[in-house]
Amino acid sequence: MMRDEARLGWAMALPALSVIALIALGPILWAAWESLFLHDLRMPWLGRRFIGAQNYVEAFSEPRFWEGIGHTAVFAAVSVTLEIVLGLVLAVTVDSMTRGRGIVRTAMLLPWAVPTVVVGLVWRFIFETPTGLIWFADPVAAWVPIILADVWKTTPFVALLLLAGLQNIERSLYEAAQIDGAGPWRQFTAITLPLLKPALLVALIFRTVDAFRVFDVIYVMTGGGPGTATEPIAMYTFSALLENLRFGYGSALSVVVFAVTFLLALVAIRLTGPRALVEPAS
Amino acid sequence: MSWSMVRPWAIGVMVAAILFPLYWAAVASFTPESQLFGQVDLVPTRLVLDHYRAVFSERALGTAVWNSLVVAGATTLLCVPVGAMCAYALARLPFRGRTVVLTSVLAISMFPQISIVSPLYLLLRELRLIDTYAGLVLPYLTFAMPLTIWLLVGFFRQLPRELEEAALMDGASRLRTLRTIVLPLSWPGLTTTAILTFLYCWNEFLFALCFTLGPDRYTVPVAIALFRGQYQVPWGQILAGALVATLPVAMLVFLAQRRIVAGLTSGAVKG
Repeated sequence: MMRDEARLGWAMALPALSVIALIALGPILWAAWESLFLHDLRMPWLGRRFIGAQNYVEAFSEPRFWEGIGHTAVFAAVSVTLEIVLGLVLAVTVDSMTRGRGIVRTAMLLPWAVPTVVVGLVWRFIFETPTGLIWFADPVAAWVPIILADVWKTTPFVALLLLAGLQNIERSLYEAAQIDGAGPWRQFTAITLPLLKPALLVALIFRTVDAFRVFDVIYVMTGGGPGTATEPIAMYTFSALLENLRFGYGSALSVVVFAVTFLLALVAIRLTGPRALVEPAS
Repeated sequence: MSWSMVRPWAIGVMVAAILFPLYWAAVASFTPESQLFGQVDLVPTRLVLDHYRAVFSERALGTAVWNSLVVAGATTLLCVPVGAMCAYALARLPFRGRTVVLTSVLAISMFPQISIVSPLYLLLRELRLIDTYAGLVLPYLTFAMPLTIWLLVGFFRQLPRELEEAALMDGASRLRTLRTIVLPLSWPGLTTTAILTFLYCWNEFLFALCFTLGPDRYTVPVAIALFRGQYQVPWGQILAGALVATLPVAMLVFLAQRRIVAGLTSGAVKG
């Protein structure tokens, strides 16, 4: 009986798991293999020649690669910090509402559901008045509309995640604290923050990993410009692959992006403990 | 001044900050091009449909909408049944290696998409699927399948076990129990998952940009991102296109707000 059940389990899971293995896991391995070749689709006469780690050597000695990594890291750090802090403020405020929460929640869900491309275009329009073009001409100032757009899109979503965490906190804790004479700030630091820590960490992980693959919003807002001043690593990889058709080199970049994200996720999962992520609501 | 007096204002400001950019874009999409960067009134006095007419007649946005519907719809229809079987097995059946499988599924859903563009491109080129619907559905499965599994595992775990156990006790087979007990209880979870999967596919940009070649196969986000004017950026048309891209997702959010929030937060937050 048990054995039949186990067999049925695998039979039911197999179709989906093999799809994932074939088209998600397989390509990662393929990219790793491809990254060892000189494979330039613009120069088919060169064929596909094994060159070992040479693509990686080229990437690591290319300033544009390091700048791309740097841009991505700074973007992730700034936008995620803003999103977590503002999201927390938003969540705490909405949590204390007694009426009209449904309407507010719909409004909060909207930016998350709007296509990223649309968010980028709308914010570009807002900043691109004839006099406002200066924003996009300056290598540092150009980040302001980009980060604003990302913060606008994601903060309410972070707030929704935190709100779900807040609603798991026992109300009686606050009542007891109040009787003991603790003010609102004291209640926030002594009860809310510590009990919200798991939710905060989960939001932090998901947002950081997500911010590390930023592409859409920058593609439509600045195209990586001026020059390559706002080019994230995903966009540099995109241009190596689809603009220059250098598949060996582009694959090496892909592998690096993958490795960095993977490491980030691994560290994060170690920090929170995998159970928090893998065991939903039981 | 106490917090309870400030709160309504704080909430008002935040809701306004969320809604204003969308409102501004909507107003602009009805404003004649010549006035776009002049004085745009907060409450417009004259609305024109020029930009909407132009995007559908000159820019073939209708084709893009159709492409998006086909690709997002097909991906959703493929993922939800297959993913649901897998999720049920992971949630309920004695399954060796459950934690490893679940962690891997989660890890794969966090993959940066760009890191598999190169092999997928070479694969699709080999199969002659570049610039086809199948050439988008296949890559979309890479994020949609883990997503559906993840959401539905969370959902199945919340279903009460007792009904299933009672049916099994009475001698019904597992498959029969699935069909007569579990399936009827699962429609809310399946619908929510379908909505979310559709949303993710509708909004996807990078794969659609990489694996299509022209307006015949562009999805909506790619189409509007690539609107170009002869001399200047056609802002009126871009914003009209943006509104068209947003309308379906906004409608889904209004219809299923409560369920979407529950689906998104159930797996992620409780430790």
